[in-house]
Amino acid sequence: MDREKVLNLAKLARIEIGNEEADSLSHEFDAILKYVGEVKEVSDSPRKDLGESLGLSSGIRNVMREDTAPHESGIYTEKILNQAPAREGDYIKVKKIL
Amino acid sequence: MTPEEIRAKDKDIHAFLEVFDDAKSYGEGFLSGKTIAIKDNILFAGHKASAASKILENFIAPYDATVIKKLKDAGAIIVGRTNMDEFAMGSSTENSAYGVTKNPHDTERVAGGSSGGSAAAVASGMCDMALGSDTGGSIRQPAALCGVVGLKPTYGRVSRFGLIALASSLDQIGPFAKTVGDAEILYEIIKGQDILDSTTISENTYPRKKKFSKVIGIPRTFVESEGVDKDVKKNFRESVEKFKSLGYEVRDIELPHIKYALAAYYIIMPAEASSNLARFDGIKYGLHKDGKDVIEDYFKTRGEGFGREVRRRIILGTYVLSSGYYDEYYGSALKMKKLITEELRKAFEEVDLILTPTTPSPAWKIGEKSKNPLEMYLEDIFTVHANINGCPAISLPSGFISALPLGIELTAGLGREDNLFIAGKEFLGE
Repeated sequence: MDREKVLNLAKLARIEIGNEEADSLSHEFDAILKYVGEVKEVSDSPRKDLGESLGLSSGIRNVMREDTAPHESGIYTEKILNQAPAREGDYIKVKKIL
Repeated sequence: MTPEEIRAKDKDIHAFLEVFDDAKSYGEGFLSGKTIAIKDNILFAGHKASAASKILENFIAPYDATVIKKLKDAGAIIVGRTNMDEFAMGSSTENSAYGVTKNPHDTERVAGGSSGGSAAAVASGMCDMALGSDTGGSIRQPAALCGVVGLKPTYGRVSRFGLIALASSLDQIGPFAKTVGDAEILYEIIKGQDILDSTTISENTYPRKKKFSKVIGIPRTFVESEGVDKDVKKNFRESVEKFKSLGYEVRDIELPHIKYALAAYYIIMPAEASSNLARFDGIKYGLHKDGKDVIEDYFKTRGEGFGREVRRRIILGTYVLSSGYYDEYYGSALKMKKLITEELRKAFEEVDLILTPTTPSPAWKIGEKSKNPLEMYLEDIFTVHANINGCPAISLPSGFISALPLGIELTAGLGREDNLFIAGKEFLGE
């Protein structure tokens, strides 16, 4: 993996990194991917369907709860809004998108 | 101990990120009077929870994690929040944004990780018990390196509601204690199905079909593999003899795929982490670094707020999930998970427990392994199978080598924590 590839991945992950870090990560990723790549050879035989690997056929299912009011309305509003870097009234403030 | 006494004692260890001045009991129960430390990724309403990251430096938990509610109801006194590798990514607490935790047995050495602060706090007597989280060995490995008991329960046994997520298919909260008996008490308090965590299991999810018959299996080729310290192997053989003298039947078993659990783990974990940590955007909560527009805010906040190991794993996770590599890496890792799960299921038809060392070496010198990420990752070799499969595992103190503690690990079938407690108590003479 080269520096450009790492910089592009960092861009996809929305993380600012410098060229020096990208260079160092490219070498580290080569070593890590060589190691984790062992799973590719072994798990090809016997070939298992990806859906089956995810347990989609083994009875695993989503557990849902009723979409009803979980708590009294408003009791967490201040606690949560106080954590936001910028707020305006009862809204979280963000910069203009368009 | 008073908060001042804990702080004084912690000066040389740095197990705590914060010792609470307002620690008190919230009720009466099985934990009345017991002091408990919590890992800094567990939400305790009104208190900071930073996951040892700069990106959450001033984050105040708006609500209690389910485990905190249970601790309060049981009368526990929560004394402080403990140091950890940032977002639980690491095996030494060297990745904490707030400094390394030192091993109470030798302060030039690491306490292990990622729940190193919890392990060191219990080992040095600063609290009676502690909570940690274990994604690939983050309770059991520091427990072994600090000479205490550490349990990772069955996946889904303990609610993760209010736990800052690393890899949601692997994460599990569990106890640290000086004895197996205490670890069992804390486990009994925190376990249970929770409507707020849909992955929690009921008592009937894994029915206890097989009667405990004191049969231990050893994956011999795995345990004897290269890279395992010779003193660890010697201590392991002594532990095997001890189990035999306690009336256990010990037999060698073959688990041909278990050595690949670590490779599968270092694909699945970063993949899930890259997705879970996408929520830290500098807008909703936590650190905000200003750029010229919204997108630049993201880049700056995440670039500066996350430490190096966290950046490394998010970017690696982005790679293994990216178009063109998804099947090759993530798909293959899930297939491996399936093979290992099947292999362990079959093994537990024959044996009650699987025994390995907890770690391939005792605690190492601070800084010794931090240059090479892959070398650090190999620390998890004996612990990750339990997270990949979801089965419970416990680390027990098994002696010392040159004054450094070592641990052995017992793994049981899904839902069979009971077997770990029986064998653990017998091994430690409780």
